[in-house]
Amino acid sequence: MQTGLSFLKSFGVTMRRFFESYVDDAKWFFKGGFGMRYSAEALPTRQSPTEGRGIFVVQYPKERLPLPERYRGFPMLLYDEDPAQLRCVACGMCARVCPPQCIWIERATDPETGKALRAPASFHIDIGICMSCGFCAEFCPFDAIKMDNNYEIALFQGGDAFLFDKEKLSRPTSHHAEIHPTAYAEELASKKK
Amino acid sequence: MTIQATHETLKAKFPDAIQDAHAPYTGLIVDRDHLVAVATALRDELGFRYLSSVTGVDYPAATDGLPPRFEAVYHFYQSEGGPLVLHVHADRENPTVPSLTPLFPSADFQEREAWDLMGIRFEGHPDLRRILLWEGYAGHPLQKGFQEVYYEADTKPFDSRWPEGAPVRAESRVPLGRNLRYPADFSMQGWCPTDDPWGYIAHDQVADLKDTAHPTDRVVLNMGPHHPSTHGVLRLLVTLEGETIKKLEPVVGFLHRCHDKIGERNTWLGNMPYTDRLDYVCSMSNNLGYAVAVEKLLDVKVPERAEYIRVIMAEFTRFINHIIDIGFTGNDLGIYFTAMLMGMEERELIVDLFERVSGSRMMCNYMRFGGVAHDMTADDVAYARQLAFERLPQAIDKVDQFFTNNEVFKQRSINVGVLPAETAIAYGCTGPLLRASGVPYDIRRAEPYSIYDSFDFDVVTRQNGDVYDRYMVRLEEMRQSVRILQQALNRLPDGPIMDGKPKGLIKVPAGEAYGRIEAPKGELGFYLVSEGGNNPYRYHVRSPSFVNLGALEEMCKGYLIADTVIILASVDITLGEVDR
Ligand code: SF4
Ligand code: SF4
Repeated sequence: MQTGLSFLKSFGVTMRRFFESYVDDAKWFFKGGFGMRYSAEALPTRQSPTEGRGIFVVQYPKERLPLPERYRGFPMLLYDEDPAQLRCVACGMCARVCPPQCIWIERATDPETGKALRAPASFHIDIGICMSCGFCAEFCPFDAIKMDNNYEIALFQGGDAFLFDKEKLSRPTSHHAEIHPTAYAEELASKKK
Repeated sequence: MTIQATHETLKAKFPDAIQDAHAPYTGLIVDRDHLVAVATALRDELGFRYLSSVTGVDYPAATDGLPPRFEAVYHFYQSEGGPLVLHVHADRENPTVPSLTPLFPSADFQEREAWDLMGIRFEGHPDLRRILLWEGYAGHPLQKGFQEVYYEADTKPFDSRWPEGAPVRAESRVPLGRNLRYPADFSMQGWCPTDDPWGYIAHDQVADLKDTAHPTDRVVLNMGPHHPSTHGVLRLLVTLEGETIKKLEPVVGFLHRCHDKIGERNTWLGNMPYTDRLDYVCSMSNNLGYAVAVEKLLDVKVPERAEYIRVIMAEFTRFINHIIDIGFTGNDLGIYFTAMLMGMEERELIVDLFERVSGSRMMCNYMRFGGVAHDMTADDVAYARQLAFERLPQAIDKVDQFFTNNEVFKQRSINVGVLPAETAIAYGCTGPLLRASGVPYDIRRAEPYSIYDSFDFDVVTRQNGDVYDRYMVRLEEMRQSVRILQQALNRLPDGPIMDGKPKGLIKVPAGEAYGRIEAPKGELGFYLVSEGGNNPYRYHVRSPSFVNLGALEEMCKGYLIADTVIILASVDITLGEVDR
């Protein structure tokens, strides 16, 4: 039967969504007035698979979704704070597994004996090439490189501005502990063993 | 008939023309002059009617007692079971192999690709032009000696990175403007692209084409190469008579980056994140396909929990792909964003899960050889259960209500873009496209990989092979995916997620493997050759979008120009995978 009624039913689906978004607005309004819908409190409910109704759009940058712990941004080099020292021993593992080969490591040498030291003299990552795959963090045997969760790294210049050196890449271990609490706890536990 | 029995039959039939491939290679080596006869016998007498993959391999040095050569490699399938592999040797000076396109139209695009990238000439191919690169391009990039623009060394890891790694940007080594190579006698001024002769015929010449039986002029129309609809950068050259399509040719390659060449430079694991970029909607499936292929060469046992997690991720991906494609079909119909956003919403929730589990929404890079990268936490499982048991079934119902009986949609899609079963098989179509034509071929059943044989689900088919049926197949496949997800989440066992400790650099035993999975769009195959080293010797992706696109002309001929867009949407391509 081609009566045109099914066509109306399709419209019904759209209309229901249309009204649901207003109902959702109203619901949050009665809970906490204007702006409540866009509060940090409402965000998890609005985005939840079971309770989310209405529009899913997040008002970035005013609103931000919380990042999951495993979120892979770009790599950072960790340093322990007391005494301040990079954890990296320049073993080269990360540079070898990096698929686009955007890590350059120069191993430090002892100026007197000329022997290789367990530290990098320089450490560069071309963030413009990095594909955020996370292999460097995954395969570093010393937990010295981890994935930061900063995704707002756009710059007005291109090219060399994205070539990050040791200083630009360094983050304190406490930052890692803060953004990766579970992973950090696991690392501590496995170290104690 | 088993593959072994088929080998024997063929050898008895063509005693002089066939020999076994030398271990660790599989299949048969067929004499060049007998290839067409052997393929005909396979198709007409032995039931191998589906030619899945055609590609080439370059062996510049003698190996295993075989001289330096090019090899064309074919993978044939029957309705069930593994591949029948044929190797055909061609000499290196003037590599020619007879074309199988007249027998198997599915070879058309793939032979053109092998000519384009590998330089093997297929004699008897009706239209052997470059397909991914442009006609004036110098060289064939997949030949072993070829060096690309930013060439540094044959294989990664590069020595210049450690221990004395001073950063050098590739752009400073090869400044812009010097990074294209032209053939020696090439001049930009005098150049007229020969790759689409009838696309550029001047208008007065088009009049010559006029079919006197019809009163209208023929018009050549260029759709694209910017998004003709919403699927990526694709150009369609269409010859119209009135509004009726007489001839159509997809022109592809705008997103080409020679994925195969990159893959051969990369380390084995290094390719994993690159597969994410093939069909960027379905990165989890791509990961799975590559892992399955490499695991055929490796001696690893994937733990049960990891297998379950893989299936869960692959089925969520199928759901995403189908709901988005249905949404885009609506978009292409002029429903605009309503339907697409309905799909996007569910997709957002699922990629949220991917992000929690793997760390990235689209470029998941999640599978490893012998397992997966991270475990699903209890929270992740709970979230996945919410999706699979509550949210997604409702979402399917919503799509169902919106489309299935909608008169406008039906009028635009029923009996449009009909692809008969025979044609679909001949063109090597796979996935929902094939099943909508009534062929119950699903690799999860025909050649089960991972643990798909332990799940209850139906292979969905429909009979008419039109746009509407493809929609119906996708809708029902989403239901089946949810069914698999529910079983997998209910039975998800505890245990390790990796076989042994994950390793960043591995060596893979010498040999060849063709691993394929039922990706949401069809058969995704990886043809790999290893020489026992850190890097693949040959890495080839047989992508469903690319091969399915070959049947587009068959589907569009005789329909109206306005139907092209919706037919294209119903084929469901991603250009990242077509152009590779
Ligand atoms: S793998 Fe870790 S320790 Fe080794 S060079 Fe890289 S960051 Fe340093
Ligand atoms: S995230 Fe991947 S691409 Fe980026 S530096 Fe690490 S290994 Fe290289």
